[in-house]
Amino acid sequence: MDPYVLKTLNEERRARRAAVLVTDLGDGRDRIVREGDRVAGELGAAIASAFRTGNSGSVEAEGRTFFLNAHLPRPRLVVIGAVHISQALAPMARIAGYPVEIIDPRSAFATPERFHGVALHAEWPEDVLKREPLDSYTALAAVTHDPKIDDFALKAALDARCFYVGALGSRKTHAKRVERLLALGASADQIARIHAPIGLDIGAASPAEIAVAVLAQTIHAFRSRGLESKGAVA
Amino acid sequence: MDESIYLDEARDPLIIAEGWMKDGKDVAIATVVETWGSAPRPVGSHLVIDAGGNFHGSVSGGCVEGAVVAEAIDVIGSGRARMLEFGVADETAWQVGLSCGGRIKVYVERLG
Repeated sequence: MDPYVLKTLNEERRARRAAVLVTDLGDGRDRIVREGDRVAGELGAAIASAFRTGNSGSVEAEGRTFFLNAHLPRPRLVVIGAVHISQALAPMARIAGYPVEIIDPRSAFATPERFHGVALHAEWPEDVLKREPLDSYTALAAVTHDPKIDDFALKAALDARCFYVGALGSRKTHAKRVERLLALGASADQIARIHAPIGLDIGAASPAEIAVAVLAQTIHAFRSRGLESKGAVA
Repeated sequence: MDESIYLDEARDPLIIAEGWMKDGKDVAIATVVETWGSAPRPVGSHLVIDAGGNFHGSVSGGCVEGAVVAEAIDVIGSGRARMLEFGVADETAWQVGLSCGGRIKVYVERLG
């Protein structure tokens, strides 16, 4: 392995950016491909699949055998709101492989008794996200119904290109939210990425069922990353 | 279950390999490139080895690491990468094997 390639790969991994290490098993030459880099042909298709699935493996292309080692940051889910839905969502998402952090400045909601064993911040999103910035391997679900708490986090999630952004509320509620986000400087393209009403349409009624719908939508967003047009958000 | 979303720097084989390199050590990197049947470590897993035989990470459940380390020291010496295959102990030419019944292919290369 080229020492510079190893150094670069570790830099990407530390920064929570996805990378695929491509090694020619014939001559041992290797290189790093970052998500969004254009690689032509069969090799390019195999690399795109490695980014999407996170699976590593060998591929025959251009008469050579390449090994693709996919290094994807671990996805996580940030939930704004220590509410009834979040109580069901946190354990389900953790089991599915999406560790959860909950942020809610209302200390009556954000209590360890209500969220046993969950990473919980009884603080404003502004303060937590300054310390632990969002990134493109983070999903954000805003479920407080309170613009004072949700709006900043939603704008931050759009700016950080979170792979999933969902917001609880009816279409009417969302229409008002769109006005506020526009006033905060979000573009129409950015706002179109928000899933609202939140969750896959499975007819969810109870808080736990809504949590299932949100988790399913998060998984779908993660596994279809890169299938929609990239670079729509500047 | 490891739930940290950040790298475990103290145990991450590729981070350790980079550290060894910075310390001026000769290093080999072994990677599981293919598995068949019940393999203990998934494709992409690493074992990193220095010229003194120190190692971190794993390519199996401890069954073949000894043999990979020995090969890796040769690879560090020669600079030529090798592809190793391990299967059930009795069915291969290797002295060691995988008791779980799976087969794995391990690529061993020198760093630099």
